Amino acid sequence: MLTREQAADLFDRIRRYSSADEVEAIFTGSRFALTRFANNVIHQNVEEENSIVSIRTNFAGRTARATTNQFDDGSLRRAVAASENLARVQDPDPDLLPMPDAQESLGKTGEAPVAPPSRFFEQTAAITPADRAEVVKSIVSIACKHKLTTAGIYSASDSREGIFNSRGLANWHHQTLAEVSITMLADDSSGWQKLNSPDVNNLNPVRLAETAAQKAVESADPREIAPGKYTVILEPAAVLDIVGFMFWDYSGVAILDQRSFLNDRIGTQLFGENISISDDAAHPLQAGPPFDGEGMRRQPVQLVENGVVKRVVYARATARKMKNSEYAGKVGLIEPTGHGFPLPNEMGEMPLNVVFGRVENPRSVEQMISSTERGVLVTRLWYIREVDPYEKIVTGMTRDGTFLVENGKVQCGLRNFRFNQSLISMLSNVEAMSTPVRASGEESFDMVAPAMKVKEFNFTEATKF
Amino acid sequence: MEATAARAVEIARASARVKREDVRLAPEPAAVAEWTTPYEVDPFTTSVEQNLDLLLKVDAEMRAVAGVTLAETGMNFQREESWFLSSEGADIHQTKYSTGAGYTAYAFAGSEIQKRSYPNSFGGQWQNRGYEQIAEMRLVENARRVAEEAVALHHAEQCPQGTATIILDGSQLGLQIHESIGHPIELDRVLGMEANFAGTSFLTLEKLGHLRYGSEIVNVVADARQEHGPGLGTFAYDDEGVAAQSTPIITNGRFIGYLSSRETAHTIGAARSGGTLRAEGWNRLPMIRMTNVSILPGEKPLSLEQLIAATDDGIYMETNKSWSIDDKRYNFQFGCEIAWEIKRGKRVRMLKNPSYSGITTEFWNSMDAICSRDEWTLWGTPNCGKGQPQQVVGTGHGASPARFRNIRVGSAYQGS
Repeated sequence: MLTREQAADLFDRIRRYSSADEVEAIFTGSRFALTRFANNVIHQNVEEENSIVSIRTNFAGRTARATTNQFDDGSLRRAVAASENLARVQDPDPDLLPMPDAQESLGKTGEAPVAPPSRFFEQTAAITPADRAEVVKSIVSIACKHKLTTAGIYSASDSREGIFNSRGLANWHHQTLAEVSITMLADDSSGWQKLNSPDVNNLNPVRLAETAAQKAVESADPREIAPGKYTVILEPAAVLDIVGFMFWDYSGVAILDQRSFLNDRIGTQLFGENISISDDAAHPLQAGPPFDGEGMRRQPVQLVENGVVKRVVYARATARKMKNSEYAGKVGLIEPTGHGFPLPNEMGEMPLNVVFGRVENPRSVEQMISSTERGVLVTRLWYIREVDPYEKIVTGMTRDGTFLVENGKVQCGLRNFRFNQSLISMLSNVEAMSTPVRASGEESFDMVAPAMKVKEFNFTEATKF
Repeated sequence: MEATAARAVEIARASARVKREDVRLAPEPAAVAEWTTPYEVDPFTTSVEQNLDLLLKVDAEMRAVAGVTLAETGMNFQREESWFLSSEGADIHQTKYSTGAGYTAYAFAGSEIQKRSYPNSFGGQWQNRGYEQIAEMRLVENARRVAEEAVALHHAEQCPQGTATIILDGSQLGLQIHESIGHPIELDRVLGMEANFAGTSFLTLEKLGHLRYGSEIVNVVADARQEHGPGLGTFAYDDEGVAAQSTPIITNGRFIGYLSSRETAHTIGAARSGGTLRAEGWNRLPMIRMTNVSILPGEKPLSLEQLIAATDDGIYMETNKSWSIDDKRYNFQFGCEIAWEIKRGKRVRMLKNPSYSGITTEFWNSMDAICSRDEWTLWGTPNCGKGQPQQVVGTGHGASPARFRNIRVGSAYQGS
């Protein structure tokens, strides 16, 4: 698999082949393996190793990118030529900046921010097909014990990501990730759990399988209750999947394009005072590289403090453009934060290492249940889509474990609901939160998020199961 | 190469540690074939400058409209070359071209962001064709109207909440087919193979041949053949070497067919795969995917304007804005970019934020009119996700505008 030294050698060749003012190369390489199971058997088992180089060239305000996964001289020359030919026919972009050098990439202070802990673990990298099969076998045995059918995945990856440019910037990141996702199915009910971590030792597939099985068993013979506004207890995966839809808007370009729900709202009390959110690539429960698509170090950013939206994140060019815009006095602190996507792109930047703030009086899910007179416990949300971009209304379904809570206890399973819920209202109605944990869903990126007890959550329809 | 093959054997042996029975592949003659998407103009022979010029003209048209706050345009060409060789003797070389283009005008004012797209949302219209499609789309000619509609939506009335007769344009009906027919007929979903991610299906095996899926005028096929049209699901052979076919899915409202593969064909008593196994690329395992799942047009001549004229009281909705459906594909909710109220056979006032919702079979059984071939378009959905690791492929959906009775409308804004 591609090493940093090999990537540096490849970049030297790329530089030699290019006649552009500046050259940048982003390398990604990974070995990824996934075992998929359903109906209590393994039905799909795949492994892939691949390395890619994506080359960007700059000519006097013009830039473009070309990508290849072949590293012979001819292929690299063709990719460089494709990038240059595309760059030359662009109109000059007045917002395009020279590539950052190593010093600029550290940010305004010129000092490297706190480095994240190592995210590479030998034990994760060493997982074999047989290891994965044994874990699946243990999950299936739990399904059989409860007379259930199980489906899911167990995957592991060893990945590298690096960025080099002709101004001397060179960053490299190496990490592993193991992931397990388990669905347990009964005749008319189901349960689900999912978790991932760079360190496979942080996963406990057996415990996750038992929890998913318990949810399937306890939600059997679900009742149908009328849709309406209910107090809900959202487990962390449900929280991250629904709130994930708003983070595209915490972007300087989204503000400048007037497609963000934060336009005219930064600095206002938008959410409840108990809501604080930051982006922090170095957080011990986070994953991913500590630099962005231009190689800038990801800085910690306080996005929301006690319900007030403080600021958004910026790529370098976006920050400069914002400072010269009509919004400059209305959006809080403006500076490059190291959240840009690889250039060129139309979306600018977004926070991808979201961390919900420390909860003052954390309540476990069990405590939230015991304090609820009547409400709905939600394991997971599904097929979430945006209905209204400014009020941030999103729709979606509950799935794989929806329960009626009455008099402080889980009473029975419920047929699943459709919701149409404003995220602004939801984050203004949070009555209790758990300690944030690393959570993973299917609709949004991984986050450090709490479970939440939310009043007046808006269910508009029920489905047939 | 040898090491990769050895690793595949090791992985397969590991799979066998957790199995119940051997895989049974339906027989298929080993094909030796060469096939290329028919096209008039290879899009890769056109210049980047020429295409940028066209997009900038569209951009200028939209931004000339006061109130437009963001204009987005895009054009996409793909050429995918694949070789399929098997130990059974298949040797198939296919080259597929696809072309897509579209644009969106946004208007932010007060506390609303409105948008209008052309010819469809989320990237426009896509087909397996050459550059000739771009010329036929009349991109520049429609840009100003679309931008003006985005701004006008700010002054439109909110879509009412309640029950109504609705007419859907062909592009929205195409997505409705995708979500509430195309996905539930995937046999791997029915058999539970997607239970952890994309979900299962309400179309359990005993419903085949018996379920009244829709009204008598609902006729749906899954057709990957070139004769059906240049859809994103058009090919000569699928990714396990099975020739493209046309499979009746719903005939006169009755459910009669699934999307199948060589591995799953026996579960429905079929002697042969339906030829729908497709992979995103060289590094993904092929799985059952939609080809071109299309509703057939009405046989009697009926234009959209004639359908509206024949509707006393209703709402005409156009262009998808949001889509969501449960993991068994029963309950859905769609939002559209724009709508018009219909009164006594005429479009009257514009409505903003239209939405409708329902239960799949109840919805298709409420269809009482569909426009004829002149209004039928083979729409492209370029972003269909499924599988773990997730694979994104393009699917085709032929549709013409159709009318549905007693549909729940406006629920997306209920309670807000």
